[in-house]
Amino acid sequence: MPHDPAAFRLDGNALAGPLAPVFALDPTTALRVCPACRMQATVGELHVYGPEPGLTARCPGCSQLALRAVQQPGHLWLQLGTGQGAFRFTLPAAGG
Amino acid sequence: MPSPPSGASAWRTARLLSREPQISTGRTLRFTVPDWPGHLAGQHVDVRLTADDGYQAVRSYSLAAPAEGDTVELGVQAAPDGEVSPYLADVLPIGAEVEIQGPLGGWFIWTPRDAGPLLLFAGGCGIVPLMAMLRARRAAGSAEPCTLLYSARSPDEVWYARELADPGPAEEIRLIYTRQAPPGDPRTTGRVGAQDLAGLPEPGSARCYVCGPTGFVEHVADLLQTAGHPRELIRTERFG
Repeated sequence: MPHDPAAFRLDGNALAGPLAPVFALDPTTALRVCPACRMQATVGELHVYGPEPGLTARCPGCSQLALRAVQQPGHLWLQLGTGQGAFRFTLPAAGG
Repeated sequence: MPSPPSGASAWRTARLLSREPQISTGRTLRFTVPDWPGHLAGQHVDVRLTADDGYQAVRSYSLAAPAEGDTVELGVQAAPDGEVSPYLADVLPIGAEVEIQGPLGGWFIWTPRDAGPLLLFAGGCGIVPLMAMLRARRAAGSAEPCTLLYSARSPDEVWYARELADPGPAEEIRLIYTRQAPPGDPRTTGRVGAQDLAGLPEPGSARCYVCGPTGFVEHVADLLQTAGHPRELIRTERFG
């Protein structure tokens, strides 16, 4: 299991800033039902590992992968769930 | 081209207005942020620093007080091996500019409209967003009872000590010392235990907010659930 309690230092509240450019609503209040263990948790309650090289959010009940967010200059890569593939959002110019 | 950001996702220029020591490694920083939209108690901001060579680093810091116009107050604890926090805490000159994104987060928040007793559990610098809640509660003149249980290593590690020594109406402050207590403290030093939760409002009515290092947050959340507080009324925020 990749779940290492010692390495887990953040929670989904820390995703508010990185995800703000691509969500019209605050994403941390969004509710997720874990497809693996059926636990309900808001994004703010997910266990988050990071910040480098990206933020990995896991179910607080069973640590199944919920989302990954990786920032690179000018872009945000967002993977939802455990599936392959990620969405690349082009961000507004830095300093704007 | 993406549309220009607005609201919480915009990066705003913030100028450092003042720096005030809280504990040996903790500082209150006040920034002026033109057109700050206001915020709720418990919210945070992301602070972005850009080096001369273009390298950028972003870190999250909690807002410690309700906004006063364009002025926001942050609590910054210098992490021993930190890349950003020691610079913000002790080096960034007064008048210098950083970029701030926010206000951020709608989960770990409290407003005076939230009915029911308020229970705040702080571990170390986890006090910062809870202080914003306490101050918002005082500013609103809330009559709901409020207890702050604040775990600190020793008396000189207590943030906002003067303000906390003078509790407001219907407010109780419990200081829990883990390593060294002041003379005469009847409690044996050590981490928060079930006995420290005695006399709190009934489970089911009180809203619980827990903030601090991950170990503290998990431990207190477990204590609260064991005492019968429903998970739906416990909100947590972990500091890295």
